[in-house]
Amino acid sequence: MMSRALPVFVLSAMALVAAACLPFLHVAPNRLLSGHAVSPLAWPLAAAWLAVIAVTAVRIPMQRVVVTATAWFGIAGLPWLAGAEAQRILSDASATTRVQPGAGFWLMWLAAALLLLDGLRGRRPAVQVAAWIVAGFTIVVLAAAGAFDGLSLVREWRAQRAPFAAAVAEHLRLAGTTLVLALLTGAPLGWWVWRRRRADGVVVGILAFLQTVPSLALFALLIGPFAWLARAWPALGTLGFGGTGAAPAVFALWLYALLPVVRYTAAGLDAVPADTRDAARGLGMSRTQLLMRVQLPLGWPVLLAGLRIVAVQTIGLAAVAALIGAGGLGRFVFLGIGQGATDMVLLGTLAIIVLALLVDFVFQAVLAWTERRA
Amino acid sequence: MIEFDHVTKRFGGHLVIDDLSLRIDDGEFFVLVGPSGSGKSTLLRTVNRLVPVDAGAVRIDGEDVLSRDVETLRRGIGYAIQSVGLFPHRTVGENIATVPRLLGWPEGDIRARVTELVELLRLDEPGIADRYPATLSGGQQQRVGVARALAARPRIVLMDEPFGALDPITRESLQGSLKAIQRDTGTTILFVTHDMDEAFRLGDRVALMLDGRIAQVGAPLDLLHRPANDRVRDFVGGTRARLRELAVRTVRDSMRVGEPAEGEAVDVADSLQDALAAMLAQRRDRLPVNSRGERVGAIVLADLVANGP
Amino acid sequence: MTKARHTHGVIRVAAPLAVLASLLFVLPRSGPWFHAWLPELSHPLYTRTSFGALTLAHLALVTIATLFAVAIGLGLGILATRPSGRSLLPTVRAVAVIGQTFPPVAVLAIAVPLLGFGAAPTLLALVLYGVLPVLGQTIAGLEHVPAATLHAADGMGYGRWRRLREVELPLAAGPIMAGVRLSAIVSVGTATIGSAVGATTLGSPIVEGLVGNNTAYVVQGALLVGALALSVDAVLGAIERRIRRG
Repeated sequence: MMSRALPVFVLSAMALVAAACLPFLHVAPNRLLSGHAVSPLAWPLAAAWLAVIAVTAVRIPMQRVVVTATAWFGIAGLPWLAGAEAQRILSDASATTRVQPGAGFWLMWLAAALLLLDGLRGRRPAVQVAAWIVAGFTIVVLAAAGAFDGLSLVREWRAQRAPFAAAVAEHLRLAGTTLVLALLTGAPLGWWVWRRRRADGVVVGILAFLQTVPSLALFALLIGPFAWLARAWPALGTLGFGGTGAAPAVFALWLYALLPVVRYTAAGLDAVPADTRDAARGLGMSRTQLLMRVQLPLGWPVLLAGLRIVAVQTIGLAAVAALIGAGGLGRFVFLGIGQGATDMVLLGTLAIIVLALLVDFVFQAVLAWTERRA
Repeated sequence: MIEFDHVTKRFGGHLVIDDLSLRIDDGEFFVLVGPSGSGKSTLLRTVNRLVPVDAGAVRIDGEDVLSRDVETLRRGIGYAIQSVGLFPHRTVGENIATVPRLLGWPEGDIRARVTELVELLRLDEPGIADRYPATLSGGQQQRVGVARALAARPRIVLMDEPFGALDPITRESLQGSLKAIQRDTGTTILFVTHDMDEAFRLGDRVALMLDGRIAQVGAPLDLLHRPANDRVRDFVGGTRARLRELAVRTVRDSMRVGEPAEGEAVDVADSLQDALAAMLAQRRDRLPVNSRGERVGAIVLADLVANGP
Repeated sequence: MTKARHTHGVIRVAAPLAVLASLLFVLPRSGPWFHAWLPELSHPLYTRTSFGALTLAHLALVTIATLFAVAIGLGLGILATRPSGRSLLPTVRAVAVIGQTFPPVAVLAIAVPLLGFGAAPTLLALVLYGVLPVLGQTIAGLEHVPAATLHAADGMGYGRWRRLREVELPLAAGPIMAGVRLSAIVSVGTATIGSAVGATTLGSPIVEGLVGNNTAYVVQGALLVGALALSVDAVLGAIERRIRRG
């Protein structure tokens, strides 16, 4: 039983240290200056985490439920506390004052999330999904009610609502275009590689080679050729084929996405054992019929798992594309870094992380749904 | 001497070994036989403490195994299992040398011992000691497994269905090798199997285990001739008991001394089963019997069929 | 191993290293070429820091980060697969999996408010992000050791640590090395972006070139960092192949 409780001890101890030693909030006189740390709730929060440890150590009845519930409330409650404290600090401060969550807040939030993950393990999937969705929904409701209005992140968002929405749309467009292109080209290429048994051949070799080149270098190297293309055929220029911008970005993202799509397509086609394929051919199925009726339905989940990896990877890499003028959320990050505006950096970063997690979640859900039907 | 003294073991709420007592003498080839789930592997593993007992004691030479340092205890007991568990990253020679290395033998002794075992287990393909386990056949791997168990000349060897995954011909050849080695070295072997024929072929004594208890223990013929109850009779073979008996008895037991016969001779040490097979092959109902190449008598089909318990 | 395959292996390692070395030799002398190609640039050659120094700084950052990442990832992976730490395994694994969905850029950006500009946030991001592949592969490798092998090792009297050192780690070394390689490659890429937050790496010419519209700088930095990445990959890949062959 002791070992079963080990994750709770480790995570609570981490949160305890975060509560006691790291800043819960940062208060800055304005958007660009770095502020000083304040931890108004250090002792109550530390006491709360100590209580979680104590409850686990003495093993009261329903101890697991108590800990899990505490973790759940931590996920919704910590931001609420941060928002309320920020509001209180702002009530007697100048109008430019900014309050943002500090390292202590983020670590405790992480600990709460991992505790919830641990506590929900072994429950029915429906219960798990429900717990997370309700937690997410609670935060959204709190946000709508203005509970976080004091936090500078929300202020930044309010100030930049329109450009932010445009950046999200741009980011999704970059990733979406890449994904569609990669699927349209990568799947046939994967099929060809699979038929020729060329999993270690030239095509895969080149793609793996490209995968190794750092993203910034590949983006940067494409600027020259694309500028030349635009100069040589001005018609392409009107399509956005400048030296910088979306076109070289999508091209580079597409190159990165190809390898996983090709690999997972080949793996998906291999999901049908050779003797099953033989049997199907022996029954008189044509190669196309075999592909459409046997291999595609059976290999689809593998390809989907590959697309999930590609999607998450592309959303992350698209942020780098901002450096060559492709726009998207990366622009918020790098512009913010350039100006020293932490809120802007954080806004862009959080949005990228949330997008990546959401896309991951959606693909997992689709995958679970396909596998249930199969 | 291995002694199980009122040993009990539960997994969860399930009673796997039920207040079991048993004594195995030095130099004995002792076989635990029983259906899967009867607790025989668990009982075997209590000896080298891979499974801790809940109640009772396991003693080696009168000393409780719990009082020994667990690693020292295990290094002193040979251990071979069905899945072999060779170290894939080490050569055959290194695998065999495992326990001598753990015991810190001098390098020269280790090398000599490996060479000796490679010959003893007929792993005599040239250069085999330097190959990796993945390049060996299943039978060769199991030979290496047995060699590894014997490497440090342990006085006790535990074997858990070591030949269960092999084809019949390979299995028989390995059984022969093991029996010969055991006779020559006087090692005490505790051997677990679910194969009744294997149990009778190898065991000096056989214990039939059912539901965590010993249903009957004795020499193979005791179990065949005097089954303790109907369940034992069913397991020991029912209608096939007579065939099993032929495998256990030798020609020496049933031959007619001095009588003449035509055909290719069998040896006095052959099993009656072998004699029967020879008669069927030669389409004769009596065959001459040789001992060390000399004609000593005859074996007659009617005696095999009639000579009952 | 056949001679042909051996030669092939040597070429696979030597070629990228040769490209990197010749770039380091040629680029500082390539001003006239870049001037001929891009006559409109007043400074066609990046000279703020020498290419050699940039490469060394980049490599140092990656090496330090990878060493930390290996120490942490290997330690956590071993801890989470021991009987006493086994209950941590699902949590550790979840961190490794969910952590991978965090883009490297995001980790870098989060490190800036904590540590300010320069090499420090880059190093933190490299370590945090680099731990994940090592951790994941350590767990996968250790979990993949055949149960029968472990059982046999126990039965023959291996102690817990000796079993880890002599049986488990050697058998898991291939996957672990694959994790180290992946960690180092991701670090080379992320360190490049680190120049955007003030670290001095081979990304510096690229970022300065992008900001100042100097294509020559961009090309010089990109060529070098590409060659460096391929060299690191080739060397670590050769080590991995050697380990896997046993």
